[in-house]
Order: sequence, then C-alpha cells, then structure tokens
Amino acid sequence: MSELRELYQEMILDHGREPRNFGRPEGANREAHGDNPLCGDQIDIYVRFEDGVVKDVGFEGRGCAISQASASMMTEILMGKTEGEFKALFDSFHDLVAGSDAAAGAVDEDALDKLMVLAGVRQFPMRVKCATLAWHTMNAALDEGGDHVTTE
Amino acid sequence: MTAATQADTAQRNWQGRNSLDVERVRADFPILAREVNGKPLTFLDSAASAQKPRQVIDTVRGVYETEYANIHRGVYFLSERATANFEAARGKVQRFLNAADVSEIVFTRGGTESINLVASSWGGRFVKEGDEIVLSIMEHHSNIVPWQLLAERTGAVIKVAPIADDGSFLLDEYEKLLSPRTKIVAVTHASNALGTITPVKEIIRLAHAQGAKVLLDGCQGAVHAPVDVQDLDVDFYVITGHKLYGPSGTGALYGKKDLLDAMPPYQGGGEMILRVSFDKTEYNVVPHKFEAGTPNIAGSIGLGAAIDYVSELGIDRIAAHEAEILAYAYERIAEIDNITLYGTAPEKASILSFQVEGVHPHDVGTVLDQEGVAVRAGHHCAQPVMDRFGITGTTRASFGAYNTHADVDRLVAALAKVRELFG
Repeated sequence: MSELRELYQEMILDHGREPRNFGRPEGANREAHGDNPLCGDQIDIYVRFEDGVVKDVGFEGRGCAISQASASMMTEILMGKTEGEFKALFDSFHDLVAGSDAAAGAVDEDALDKLMVLAGVRQFPMRVKCATLAWHTMNAALDEGGDHVTTE
Repeated sequence: MTAATQADTAQRNWQGRNSLDVERVRADFPILAREVNGKPLTFLDSAASAQKPRQVIDTVRGVYETEYANIHRGVYFLSERATANFEAARGKVQRFLNAADVSEIVFTRGGTESINLVASSWGGRFVKEGDEIVLSIMEHHSNIVPWQLLAERTGAVIKVAPIADDGSFLLDEYEKLLSPRTKIVAVTHASNALGTITPVKEIIRLAHAQGAKVLLDGCQGAVHAPVDVQDLDVDFYVITGHKLYGPSGTGALYGKKDLLDAMPPYQGGGEMILRVSFDKTEYNVVPHKFEAGTPNIAGSIGLGAAIDYVSELGIDRIAAHEAEILAYAYERIAEIDNITLYGTAPEKASILSFQVEGVHPHDVGTVLDQEGVAVRAGHHCAQPVMDRFGITGTTRASFGAYNTHADVDRLVAALAKVRELFG
C-alpha cells in the first residue's frame, strides 16, 4: 500500500473530489480541449489572458483522481503567472512526474513545492499522461492557434 | 512429428469429463506462475487478450525451429512442410466454425482486418448511396469505424440498434431498423464491454428476410460458445486468434463462398495473383485472393494449435466453467459497497463490467494492479455504449478457462482496498 499511499496522497484525493476553479471563468479569451484517447478522459481549459499574464483560469472535464487533481492544482498555481513562467513550470512538472531531469532555467520553487504531491506518479509510468493532460492542454490554450491536444 | 501435430499429441484426453480441471488448465499457461508487484498474478483481462498455453507457444517455436520457410512458393522440403502446416491450420479453423468449405476461411491479422476486408471489398462493390448499414450501439470500434469509412466513401447511411438498460439486444427495435434498403447488418456475437450475447439466429433471420447480409463479430463470441456458421446461415463471421489463446496478429474471416468469389481483392501483392502482366493481372482463387503478401505463417499455425487446445478442453466446458466463475463474482462483488454493474443481460459471456462509485476506473485499475490483479479500465474501445450509459468508462474483469474462485476472491479483496483508500 505504501506506493499507493504516496500516489494517492490526501491532497490529491481532496483536489480530485473537489476540484478548484472548475468551470469557465468570465471573460476567458483562450481555451483548448484535451483528450486522452487511451482512457477517454477529456478536459477543457479556459484562460483569461491579459497583458501577458494569466488573470483567471478554469477547467471542465472528467477524469481520474490524478488528472483532476493535477488540473485543479495547476489552475491554482497559474493565477498571475506569465506564459514564460508557465512553460518553465510545465518543464519542471513534466520532469517531476516522468522521472527525468532535463529541465533547466528558473522555476517558481514555491509552486513546484506544491506540485511535489504528484511526484508519486513517477512510480506509475502508465499514469504519467493522466497527470500531464491538463498541462499539455494549458500549453495549447496559451499557444494561439492550437486548440486541441491529445496525449497520444 | 510435425510442429502442427505436436500440440495435438501433447494434450491430454479430456473426453468423458463434464467439467474443466482448472488446475490442469492453469499448469498449461506458464505466465500464470509469475508474480506482479510481489503478488501472484491474477489475470482478469482475457477479453482484451488471453494468455497462451504451452501447446501454442511450443507450436510456434517448433515452426521456427524445425519447419519454417515461406509458403506456397518454394519447391523444397521445408516450404512444402510449412505450406502443409499452414493449410492444415486453415482446416482447423474451418472445422472450428463448421464452414462448408476450407476456401471459405481467409487468414487475417485479426478481427479488425477481417472486418475492414469485408467493409472495403464487399462494401466497396455492393454498397451504394442511400443504402443502409445496421450496427448495434455496443459494437467495438473495430466494427464501427470500417463501416463509417465505407459510408463516407459511398454515401450509405448507418443505423444503430439500441440495447436495454441491462445490456440486452433489443430485437424489436432492431427489426424496426431493417428495410429493403438495409444492405448489411454488422453486430457483435458477444459484447466486449458488457458481455451481452446477442440473439444471433434471430438477427440473421430478420436481416435475411429483408435481403441483407450479416457479419458477426465473433472475437468474443467464438471464445465462449460453439459456432456453426452453416447452422447460423451467417454470411461473414470474424474471429481473432489472440482472444482464443492463440498468437496475437492472427485471425480469420469466414465468408460464404459465393460472396467471397464475387468480392474484389482487398490488398494487392504476391500470393493473391494467378498471373501478373502490365496489360492485365488475373487474381488468385479464394481464399488466396485475399491473402496478399507473406502471411503470419507461424502465428496462423499457432492459431490452429490454439483451436486444437480449446477444442480439446471443449468450448462448452470452458463456457460452463466461466459461467460458474462469473456467478461467483456477482455474488462476491455484492459484498463491496457502491458498485454499479454494467451489462447484466441474462445471456452473457464472462465479463464483469462495473464502476466503483466516486472512483475513476483508472484509479481502480492502478490499485488493483498493486495487488497483482490485472483488469481493463477505460472505455474498452466501445465509446458509444459508454455514452449510452452516460459514463466514460468502467473497470472490467473478464474470466477465461484458467480463472478460479481464488482469482475472484483476490479481485474482491483488492476492491476492498480501493474503498479503504478512496473512502
């Protein structure tokens, strides 16, 4: 059970049960849809992006505890962040859950600390895509032009 | 002794037994001896792909070690042996399905290719704009998408037969969809997502009454019940090797001889021709017309060994054993709180599809895996039927010839852990 407890920490179960920023925020001007064709999970990310900053962000969708918690925590952390800050965090987060160490550059350490609860995912390679779907979709939402992503 | 007959002689005589000796069956499957995550493997995903008995593994290895060469080409000893073994396997498929003629059996890469072959070749020639194709809502994507591709190409229309809340096929509703415009009905013999066994004889009779052809997707069905294509009077019957305890990448299409004869080739290449020139190419006779290129020689011979294996055990005995395990699973899973079952039709294969309330199937699957219990979690490549129930997926335990009451006990104990973790 210990690896499972590490994967399903209380904070993850909490975010999974009661996701924060669920829904479309008013004034959203960027959005993207993400699919995990493997399991059928879907997510929509909505961003109000003004002056180069994420002013508001929300999501809708259905998925497992990992994907819901990851999306929920991501939205909390990204409030007020620039696109560059998001990308640096995404790189670090990806390394955190995929178990690699390729990322470089300055990262908001506080934000990364919060995401550490998802580090248990690295013991479960089949679940990495669950954790990163929201992030890939956020990436597409911020990239003007791209509005649909899939984990495959 | 040839590779193809090794499997026959290696098997024990099961005649005279009424029930399956499951411990002896388990001893045939080397993989069942391994551990996963420090726990004994509890393999409950045979509906996705079954494990392989030593008889199949030994046959495939025997082909490569002693009797391998390309088929239908060489004039030398090994090629002759490989050809004979390959064609003997075709004969085994013929007898397994009780086809009238061995030329009615086309080897394919599996169920998906078998269906694509019919949709592309038969459909391409005979389905026109405005014609109707009837499917059921519980089809696997492999029995939906090939027909959608055909409909896009031809302007044909797809009609979808509904199911009841318990997953039963609704014969009355299906009958209403049929008309002289119906060209083909393509439905599953047994649903991979719900387990429902469909009333195939009635489905076929009603379709034929309107002049429509019928394709049955038997990828699950042929594993759980004896199939007699002549008695069914079915036009096309599709099987896959890997769910039948045979090698992956193998399968077969049964088609009535006159239908296969009238169909254009599916793929072009070697083997499927009589004579090639740049003026005119003459196609080979069935089934070779549909077998372009070097096929999965060893795999198809392995499929023959798998058919020998299940025939020796007895499909009826396997089905009775699986039904008993399923009944026990129903009984035990009732002990877990807040489980919703999907697919409880009276006639069903040994598939237990369920949701643990408040817990996503993938989370269930991960917890079960930690206990060594392998199940399928997700939409089972049958998203329309998931939509029908308003869900994105289920957790599915499926039982094969080698599963035991103890496997069910381990599943239930692991589900208790899911409850413990997620509350």
